[in-house]
Amino acid sequence: MNATAQLMGELLAAEGPSGRESEVVKILEPMWRALANRVERSRLGSLHALKRGEGREPRPSLMMAAHIDSIGMMVSGNVGGLLTVSPIGSVNPYVLPGLPVIVHGRREVPGVVTLRPSPPGAVPKQAVAGTAPRIFVDTGLASQQVSRFIRVGDIVSIDLPPVGLESGHMSGRALDNRAGIAALTLCLEQLSTERHSWDVWAVATTQEETTYGGAATSAYALRPDLALAVDTTFGKGAGADGWHYFEVGGGPTLCVGPNMHPGLHARFRQVAEAQQIPHSIEPVPASSESDAMALQVTGDGMPTMLLCIPVRNMHTAVEVVALRDVEETARLLTAFVVSLEPDFLSRMAWDT
Amino acid sequence: MMSTRPERILLLEQLCNAVAVSGDEREVRQIVLAALDGHVDDLSVDPLGSVIAVKRGTARRRTRVMLSAHMDEVGLMIVGTDQPGSLRFEIVGGLDTRYLQGKRVLVGKHRLPGVIGAIPPHLLPEGESGKVDHASLRIELGPGASAEIGDRAAYEPRTRVVGGLVFAKSIDDRIGVATLIELLQHTYRAIDLYAVFSVQEEVGARGAWAAAQRIDPGLAIVIDATAAHDQPTDDDSENTWYNSRLGFGPAVYAADSRTIYDARLVELVRSAAVRRRIPIQTRQPTRGGTDAGGIQRALSGIPCVAVSVPHRYPHSPISIARIDDWENTIALLEASLRILSRTPAASTRARRGV
Repeated sequence: MNATAQLMGELLAAEGPSGRESEVVKILEPMWRALANRVERSRLGSLHALKRGEGREPRPSLMMAAHIDSIGMMVSGNVGGLLTVSPIGSVNPYVLPGLPVIVHGRREVPGVVTLRPSPPGAVPKQAVAGTAPRIFVDTGLASQQVSRFIRVGDIVSIDLPPVGLESGHMSGRALDNRAGIAALTLCLEQLSTERHSWDVWAVATTQEETTYGGAATSAYALRPDLALAVDTTFGKGAGADGWHYFEVGGGPTLCVGPNMHPGLHARFRQVAEAQQIPHSIEPVPASSESDAMALQVTGDGMPTMLLCIPVRNMHTAVEVVALRDVEETARLLTAFVVSLEPDFLSRMAWDT
Repeated sequence: MMSTRPERILLLEQLCNAVAVSGDEREVRQIVLAALDGHVDDLSVDPLGSVIAVKRGTARRRTRVMLSAHMDEVGLMIVGTDQPGSLRFEIVGGLDTRYLQGKRVLVGKHRLPGVIGAIPPHLLPEGESGKVDHASLRIELGPGASAEIGDRAAYEPRTRVVGGLVFAKSIDDRIGVATLIELLQHTYRAIDLYAVFSVQEEVGARGAWAAAQRIDPGLAIVIDATAAHDQPTDDDSENTWYNSRLGFGPAVYAADSRTIYDARLVELVRSAAVRRRIPIQTRQPTRGGTDAGGIQRALSGIPCVAVSVPHRYPHSPISIARIDDWENTIALLEASLRILSRTPAASTRARRGV
């Protein structure tokens, strides 16, 4: 198996819905410890790894953020032994029925997401009625046993390991944004054999899918000079065509719009072209719906940039990513860090 | 071939992990042939692909009893390619299409992994729900991979047996197939057992009908899996149409949409349950059908009875059944065959309509 596939497999071995990321952080922490000068956890559970630069003190610093949380489900009730669930983040209920799950109660209880039966002759109800999801988790246990092992507020994770597809593609749940975490990890690895003058903070942020809370608080704690988010964007494919969508396998997207500093965007583009790294330009007319939104307005404001890895079927259990895109994103991050002159901040022009 | 309990479970897992969409039952057929080879008196594959295994009794006068469980499952067929690696598909049998979006599938003989995708919720127009008609869904294999038109596809199997429960694709009717293999471990003195592992049940009980015409049995017992709609209903109305319930034992059929079952045989099965103190339930005489829909009208008519293992979420990616219901089904059928074996004239009378 290819090293990137293996890294992704390790990062996907645990579930980390927003606010409950610690099982994934536990997997990532030793990896970053082996690659960084200092590793610490924030008060909201984000992981910070410092890779010191060689420039003279006081050195400027860059924060590279990728969110480690994913969308998910939480138990909201027990209806005659069937569990009702409420979404964490932006969940499409239509894609959930029929998926195997684990309910993380007093013990791990397996179950399946289902739809309740419809009376004979009635049109079967869909997964959503009006705006309310009508999906359930069936553990096969009787109602009293359910109450014994499971409480409202327990996390429900999708029990589906990733699978390799043709041509170096991978499918699974939570590729948004373990793909970004993998890219940061590969970048840290590459930086250990490169020279760079800036300090680099790799940050695995929590709670992106709900509030950007991890990114906002870690940025406040670290107060970097430049901020960068690495996330996923919509992958092109059958039924998914138009300007929102980008080719899976076509390299990362460099976002452009009010959330991104034009000077920073220009440097990324320059580096990508110089290194012949495949990429596309992603227009983001207003909100990027990513950590970059929080980073930009931290403290008294920060020049911010957003890179995205195209993922098909985002926010489903069958997201698809090209491993090559993860590798190209890491290569671009590394080349960008290496390119940073000690006085880059003063060179970065607003109006070029 | 004496199997211990874990072996029985392993076989069930293996059967549920196989893919055998109606008309392409190869994977299950191979498991059945391998499991029975050398353990029965005759083993053959009929012209439609059903497996027929014979276990003869030792008495001079013997009744020919047909047992039938279907090997096939509902699924998908590839009907076209849009762009490389992106496949159009059609439904085979009564698949519940509400479950298709966002699932993993296996395509073709080589079990190529693929996914059925969905539009990201971020990009759904305001007020739109995300419900998609199955005709607009595609199976994605990834660029560079391809499939043939006519290839079958099915949900990726993820069987899990835990805490007395089975979570699996195609419990309907691999649990019947496994039951039949169990029943063939024994010999019944005055019975020649003709066990039919039938094809194409999900598209109209075609395999069982042809096999019945070949075998000409005195009576037939069908072993299937039936829906347990025993949860709170989706409109919160009182659930008076649960069909069957998990944990209440094997479901004996009085009638379904295609068959009124033979009253004498229904009573025989019930008396076997009473005698052996096996819990049973009578399936509500509602929707659905079994191989009996084909068998009963074969030749000059064949008396039929059917027994099913209850399972929730039929024709979806993962159904749930209980091991105790299954074991009680095996015990009930063994007990019924013992009674039949002691009354060899029963089937003859049944045929004459006496």
